[in-house]
Amino acid sequence: MSNKAITAPGLPRVRGFLEALDVDRWLMRGLILLVCLWMLVAVLLPLVQLLSKSLMDKNGAFVGLRNFVEYFQTPALFTSLHNSLFVSLTTTGISVPLGFLYAYALTRTTIPGKSLFKSVALLPLFAPTLLYGIALVYLFGRKGLVTTGFFGFFESAIGINPAADIGVYGAVGIIIAEVVYTFPQAMLILSVALSLTDARLYEASESLRASKVRTFFIVTISGVKYGLISACFVVFISSFTDFGAPKVIGGNFNVLATDIYKQVIGQLNFVMGATVSVVLLVPTVIAFVLDRVIQRKQVAVIAAKAVPLVPRPHSARDGIFLAFCLVVALLMLAFFATAVFASLVKIWPYDLSLSLRHYDFSTMAARGYAAFYNSVRMSIYSALAGVLVTFGSAYLIEKSKGMYLFRQVAYFLSMIPLALPGMVIGLSYIFFFNQPRWTLWGLDLPNPFNPLYGTMAILVLCNIVHFYTVSFLTATTALKQLDKEFEAVSESMAVPFYKTFHRVTVPVCLPAILEIAMYFFVNSMATLSGVIFLYSADLPLASVAIANMDDAGDVAPASAMSVIIVLTNIAARLVYGLMTRGVQKRTQAWTRPATA
Amino acid sequence: MTVPHGSDTEPYLKVAGVTKTFGRFTALKDVSFEARQGEFLCILGPSGCGKTTLLRIVAGLETQDVGRVFFQGRDVSNLPVSKRNVGIVFQSYALFPNLTASQNIGYGLKNRRRDRDAIRRRVDELLDLVGLQLMGPKYPAQLSGGQQQRVALARAMALSPDLLLLDEPLSALDAQVRITLRSEVRQLQRRLGVSTIMVTHDQEEALTMADRILVMDHGRIVQNGTPSEVYNKPATPFVAAFLGAMNFIRDAVKESVGVIRVGGIRLHVDDRFMDDLAPGAPVTVAIRPEDIVVPPAGENPRNALPARVGTLEFRGPRYRVSFHLSLGNGRVWTIDAEIATEMIRRLGLQEDKEMAIHLPADRIRVYPL
Repeated sequence: MSNKAITAPGLPRVRGFLEALDVDRWLMRGLILLVCLWMLVAVLLPLVQLLSKSLMDKNGAFVGLRNFVEYFQTPALFTSLHNSLFVSLTTTGISVPLGFLYAYALTRTTIPGKSLFKSVALLPLFAPTLLYGIALVYLFGRKGLVTTGFFGFFESAIGINPAADIGVYGAVGIIIAEVVYTFPQAMLILSVALSLTDARLYEASESLRASKVRTFFIVTISGVKYGLISACFVVFISSFTDFGAPKVIGGNFNVLATDIYKQVIGQLNFVMGATVSVVLLVPTVIAFVLDRVIQRKQVAVIAAKAVPLVPRPHSARDGIFLAFCLVVALLMLAFFATAVFASLVKIWPYDLSLSLRHYDFSTMAARGYAAFYNSVRMSIYSALAGVLVTFGSAYLIEKSKGMYLFRQVAYFLSMIPLALPGMVIGLSYIFFFNQPRWTLWGLDLPNPFNPLYGTMAILVLCNIVHFYTVSFLTATTALKQLDKEFEAVSESMAVPFYKTFHRVTVPVCLPAILEIAMYFFVNSMATLSGVIFLYSADLPLASVAIANMDDAGDVAPASAMSVIIVLTNIAARLVYGLMTRGVQKRTQAWTRPATA
Repeated sequence: MTVPHGSDTEPYLKVAGVTKTFGRFTALKDVSFEARQGEFLCILGPSGCGKTTLLRIVAGLETQDVGRVFFQGRDVSNLPVSKRNVGIVFQSYALFPNLTASQNIGYGLKNRRRDRDAIRRRVDELLDLVGLQLMGPKYPAQLSGGQQQRVALARAMALSPDLLLLDEPLSALDAQVRITLRSEVRQLQRRLGVSTIMVTHDQEEALTMADRILVMDHGRIVQNGTPSEVYNKPATPFVAAFLGAMNFIRDAVKESVGVIRVGGIRLHVDDRFMDDLAPGAPVTVAIRPEDIVVPPAGENPRNALPARVGTLEFRGPRYRVSFHLSLGNGRVWTIDAEIATEMIRRLGLQEDKEMAIHLPADRIRVYPL
């Protein structure tokens, strides 16, 4: 059979082209381009506009670094940089050691109730940072529980007055709040680092008769040194950029985040707001880059055949750590309990009877439960859209072939959101999306994204970008564990990649997908810094309502709303737990021993 | 059963002048070969020689920089893998963990409602073919390594591919299972008559399974022949050393027609291997351990040499014995031989015993230096 007659004479080129045309590959390429485009629009362009805004004056004329000169020459503004650094460095110095000790207790001792301790430690992840400010007011404020010694209860009962005024408004309060906020993050990072150690190193050290102290420093600390460094950077960035706590309890102690808010919302000075944003951005980016550089130096600490460490009981050590964990856990719970208590008290501190009065939110700021429902809606949308975008992007970047440059660029762009404080995202979105027209370098174009402004869509977009990187990395890690050749197998059978994505990739990665969804939901419920610039009068949000109620002096309803957010997030976590267990059951079915 | 036919017009598979570089690293340099229909071809070589890259280019998973690939005369060089109708089994099998064996095998079969029965029958047929009749509803994690490999094979065969490509399919298995599976895969391939290319670094696998072996080194094909050819007439010292064991000595000289001088020893060699070399040309001499014989008592063949027994390594049915041959001037050539255990016992061989060994003239290979 002659094989030469396949192509019709005169059309060999077109035939060959159509034959070689691989629709699926081009589809994948198109999608990757889309990912790059989306990152460009959502992350890079607004950022660029923010930066350029800081180099212009009110009328849009380019003035170079004049705004920054003005900033550094205005003591009122400049001190907030100093204050922010002070607060975050102090927080790092407290939170990381605490987190380390707690993580050590959970991974290297045999204390009972570990899962309970872990759950309590993770509680702050579910709450808006406003809540800590509020709880601190109720504990240490002028009429606070501790400040008044439980309203003289102890004095009358026992005769001792444990009252103490710690001057909570200002640096002290912010630091305490930030320590509570960053503690779970530090603890998580260090838990992972501590549990990833090779038991054989300890056996070797013991057989070489090194003292326990020496072993601790040489084996333990150096094993977790990357975790420690990472924890320090994460805690620093989180506390440096936080807005909620300083808003409530900062008092006259100005930090960069509250400055931005004051400039933009209070004084409508967008230019100075942009300038301060850049000042906020620089240390954050530096810390972020340093962290990345150091992470890259971390060669695989774990050999493939490492033996995981199983802690041995040691009563003295375990006793001390148990006491430590109990104290920390109780303090943590006390914080939340205070907030709950405060929300139930009729009139603090005069009428301490309990009622649900503050939960009806009849104040102007909350307008009933509208703000809450909007937040829930927004969080659900953010979770759904967030999962789709992060997992989809991670899949395309990780699993497609060719287009190496685009994939590298997309990966790099995916890391940027981690360095962006929420306030910077929110503010840059105002500049980018609120303008009806773009006038960049002489070009005058209508802004196609303008209609998004003031809608739910822009809030969701802001959340997706704000919480993008961690989710993206979770997705990438999960995808990397799949066999590299799934896509090749699928292609060799002429099954399009999206079929394999749907039939194999997603089901196998379901635990990671659920985790990402939960991460988006919980953080979207609690976040304030981004959305405070982007919500509109028609779209009140719970976290914003808390801030506004606190401003207006309605602290008890503010506390109530915070409690509701926490309860909602706990409920979401429980739902997540149930779903994960369902998924685990199904996964186990794949590995259950054969019954035939 | 289809008879493999050497087509006089076009070979079943033709690879012509393929070159592939990754950055500055050249993985393949001007590689060409042909295969007939129904042939089992092994690409053999050490790690990094380019054999997997070559397989992936034939598959269409990689694109060559230069060169062409033809299936039955049709130029498929620019076609993606989805258009080439090949079945692939990867080293890791890449079985979908959340699908049963049946679902894995039937993955590529079109799934319209009316085809459901046809698909089920085809899957059962394939399970039968690989000897996994009742394992359909099991998940990959519930199967042993050998069973997983067979599912991967069945899946690759499901769409009746023109070419079956195997990338080190047996390397993840235990030694015993590997040996069993070797013959099973070969028998399956013979039964179906499907043209197959298998990549491996295990020379024993290549020797037992292949119709033809392509030996590769550093991106080039160094020999293309049947297992017997490649083993008994290795084209280069590299091939000689890679397949089976080989004794080498390098400072030899062709003295005259049919004679090699190694130090103070004279060896008679089948001149066919050397006729294009001038007298005085430096050569490398090579002989396989199993080709060295202990001459029976009373016989004194041409290449009998006095030797002293070195070490004796017990290997079950035979020993690996090293002999020290004195080459004069204090030089010693230590040569390994395979001697049956029975002979060791009979001759009472032990260390330092002086005896004669025979290097048959027609088993000595000579390579130009």
